[in-house]
Amino acid sequence: MSLRFAQRGSVASVLLLLLLAGCHRGILDPVGPIAAQEKQLLINSTAIMLAIIIPTMIATIAFAWWFRRGNKKATYRPDWEYSGAIELVVWAIPAMTIMLLGGITWIGSHDLDPGKPLKSNVPALKVEVVSLDWKWLFIYPDQGIATVNQLVVPAGTPVSFRLTSATVWNAFFVPQMGTMIYTMPRMTTKLNLQADRPGTYGGLSSHFSGDGFPGMQFQVQALPADQFAMWAQGARGSGLKLDGPGYAQLSKPSSYVKPMTYGTVAPGLFDAIVANRAPPNPVPPQQHNQPAPPAGV
Amino acid sequence: MFGRLTWDAIPFNQPIPLITSLVVILALGGVAIWITRMKAWPFLWNEYITSTDHKRIGVMYIVLALLMLVRGFADAIMMRAQQSLAIGASQGYLPPEHYNQIFTAHGTIMIFFVAMPFVIGFMNFVVPLQLGVRDVAFPTMNNVSFWLSASGALLVNLSLFLGEFARTGWLAFPPLSEKAFSPGVGVDYYLVALQISGVGTVLTAVNFVTTILKTRAPGMSYLRMPVFCWTALASNLIMLAAFPVLTVALAELMLDRYLGFHFFTNDGGGNSMLYMNLIWVWGHPEVYILVLPAFGIYSEVAATFSGKPLFGYRSMVFATLAICIISYMVWLHHFFTMGAGGDINAVFGIASMIIGIPTGVKIYNWLFTMYGGRVRFTVPVHYLIGFMLTFVVGGLTGVLLAIPPVDFVVHNSLFLVAHFHQVIIGGVVFALMAGYTYWFPKAFGFTLDERLGKAVFWCWFIGFHLAFMPLYVLGFWGATRRMQHIPDPTWKPFLDVAFLGAVIIGLGIVLTVVQLLYSIKTRDQRRDVTGDPWDGRTLEWLTLSPPPHYNFAVLPDVHGEEAYWTRKQTAIKMDQLIDEPDYKPIEMPIHTPTGVIVAFFASVCGFAMIWYIWWLAILGLIGAFAIFVWYAWRDEHEHIIPVEEVRANARERRRIRMEHLHELSQST
Repeated sequence: MSLRFAQRGSVASVLLLLLLAGCHRGILDPVGPIAAQEKQLLINSTAIMLAIIIPTMIATIAFAWWFRRGNKKATYRPDWEYSGAIELVVWAIPAMTIMLLGGITWIGSHDLDPGKPLKSNVPALKVEVVSLDWKWLFIYPDQGIATVNQLVVPAGTPVSFRLTSATVWNAFFVPQMGTMIYTMPRMTTKLNLQADRPGTYGGLSSHFSGDGFPGMQFQVQALPADQFAMWAQGARGSGLKLDGPGYAQLSKPSSYVKPMTYGTVAPGLFDAIVANRAPPNPVPPQQHNQPAPPAGV
Repeated sequence: MFGRLTWDAIPFNQPIPLITSLVVILALGGVAIWITRMKAWPFLWNEYITSTDHKRIGVMYIVLALLMLVRGFADAIMMRAQQSLAIGASQGYLPPEHYNQIFTAHGTIMIFFVAMPFVIGFMNFVVPLQLGVRDVAFPTMNNVSFWLSASGALLVNLSLFLGEFARTGWLAFPPLSEKAFSPGVGVDYYLVALQISGVGTVLTAVNFVTTILKTRAPGMSYLRMPVFCWTALASNLIMLAAFPVLTVALAELMLDRYLGFHFFTNDGGGNSMLYMNLIWVWGHPEVYILVLPAFGIYSEVAATFSGKPLFGYRSMVFATLAICIISYMVWLHHFFTMGAGGDINAVFGIASMIIGIPTGVKIYNWLFTMYGGRVRFTVPVHYLIGFMLTFVVGGLTGVLLAIPPVDFVVHNSLFLVAHFHQVIIGGVVFALMAGYTYWFPKAFGFTLDERLGKAVFWCWFIGFHLAFMPLYVLGFWGATRRMQHIPDPTWKPFLDVAFLGAVIIGLGIVLTVVQLLYSIKTRDQRRDVTGDPWDGRTLEWLTLSPPPHYNFAVLPDVHGEEAYWTRKQTAIKMDQLIDEPDYKPIEMPIHTPTGVIVAFFASVCGFAMIWYIWWLAILGLIGAFAIFVWYAWRDEHEHIIPVEEVRANARERRRIRMEHLHELSQST
């Protein structure tokens, strides 16, 4: 029995892999360890379940067809309504499957807990994430810089995020890097991710947050470590300032905001936002400004 | 005088809602004129609107559900069209403030005003008949429940003509739904409408739990109840426990919005996480409120059309009750992504998967019900098999979502949207369509056209898969839900296929209307004279189609699990019916306008609350209360059906059954 299931499982997973092979994007094209493990978990669990679901689907069609009323060859058993052996099997099959998946869930939930720091020889980069109406603010506390709608990270280095929201709920999500997490006002969440492959990856808010919501896309740039250091060095001290007035300006509702960089950041800004001590957020007006169409996309 | 209600509330500058409003007003006016011309108002008033007959109330619930289905579907196809168009540089035809209202209305209407009344409608129509009794425990309250649901539906639809609907998503998560971020009337429409219909739903739950526990035909012990009654009991128990939580959550949000409280606000010590927990403590069991009666319908259909008793009846009952209880212990899986930590996520993930065990058992039991049977491929059986094929895949994606690390990458995505539509359309809607076909002859005395019924099935089945399979793929690609604008042009082909699927489902809905009209026109060809058109097994097929107001001349004596089947087989064997019983006069509750008047005042009060017309709100509240008081002091409770009438009807019924028996015994 178990051997047959295992065979079916492997056939099913080969089929699934063929199905997925054509797609090089999103969560199926992971660029870091978290996303890779989550993809593997997705495929394994699907294969385990397909091993019982496909036979069930075939049996459904086969039983219904063979026992159709017109089939003289089928035996009609009008009073057959119970079989202890079958009952045992039909409870056992889903129960065993769920036990297996439950084990996977227990291990996976702990291994891939978003708050758990990643194992690495390189110290993690700290980034503080704030969702605003309707854009993303990324603060680099150790570098003293900040960016909007553009997250620059060193490839191969763990990134340790602290996240909150200045207004309503959002979720921070970079599909190719894995795990999304809520950003919630007056609360902080933790997330640890890593991009191993240098490149540019799309990120988004994956929790509806109001009229400007579709314009909350951002870019993640994973640079080789030395290039990242150069970028951070170059950004520091130059350009815009994220102080009280700068933050007040930024927190006005707007959507489809072009990426920008702040060379100076008021220290403790993130904690002030969490504590609602930051320059108070203006209440959005009833009729929001129409978000501008994304230029040049 | 009129609060915030001004001429600005009418959407003069927005062509879509304005034109829709005009069309709906004209259509309603047309129907009203037609009814007046047919002089049908007294009939409608006496036989339906004020009826305390559970069968009539059931029919009204289902009519409400079908009307709202059209509205909810119109929202759906507008969303699919927008997502097909608004890609790259194009913003489509719906601005965000309109698109966001549409997906909010779609979710709210489909769950609260389509799925719920449809399911409650079947419970109304079927449960007392299957239990072998004359009505529900509280017939007048039943009428009140219906009209309160209708009042909620009215208010939600009124937002199309006056003001706006919520643009927060169908669960109105704060702080987005707080006054600071949603200052308009939209969220107030949402809150008030759901509070009013929620009262109706709780009353329904009280009514049905009482009916099933306390009023069953003699001999109908718990383990002889048809599975549909068991699932209805489980569903109503969940309703009874879960809906008050919804009421509290919405009431707290109302206090925030109306009186400046701080339950869920960002300031003043509010905590929006509290709302998230409360709403899902109701929201997850809600899924089982809908799907358990659906499982009941499939069980009836599987047994009847396989010509066999349901396989593993006790196992089925146990599985139903297991789901009923576990459904309360899984709500947190709706927000694994809040970062609660490994232990909490794992516990709730595993609890959610455990529901898969009794559900899996049910699938196998339907499978083995067909085994050894003589399966008739009628329309309900098409839905049964379509459901079994669709639902197992929905179960698979559901278990995937229950694994926290997998949920971390597909949560809130179009994968999720595809999953819950797969279980709600593949599970609930297919069952409702099966039940509609299955019990239609019992309600109206003729069957629905079979060919058109099959066409409707194929539209739903194919349309569903075209509409939602592409969304699974887009979910893998990182597409999230509720996007008024699509950022990636390469998603377009998939969104176009999804739109095509929605069009095919739309065709199915049109064909449903065609099927109904055609079946009414040609009803004489498909009269159900025997009262038992499908060779049924449960007590509803014992009586006439349509049944008399009092259902059964004498309450049937139940022996064995399949009350009517056992009786029918004995009669066939003996070639005679049981001895004629001693008929007695029957007391039935009188019809009353209490429900419709209470709902009128509730609607007035709700409308006034939404627009801050305080004097009118107080007036509405007093009116609704006064009607209850007036009803409590009524002199006349019941009317008596004379024994002669009962006897004459019953004898006629016996004559028809006898003829039918001869036919049956000759054919075996």
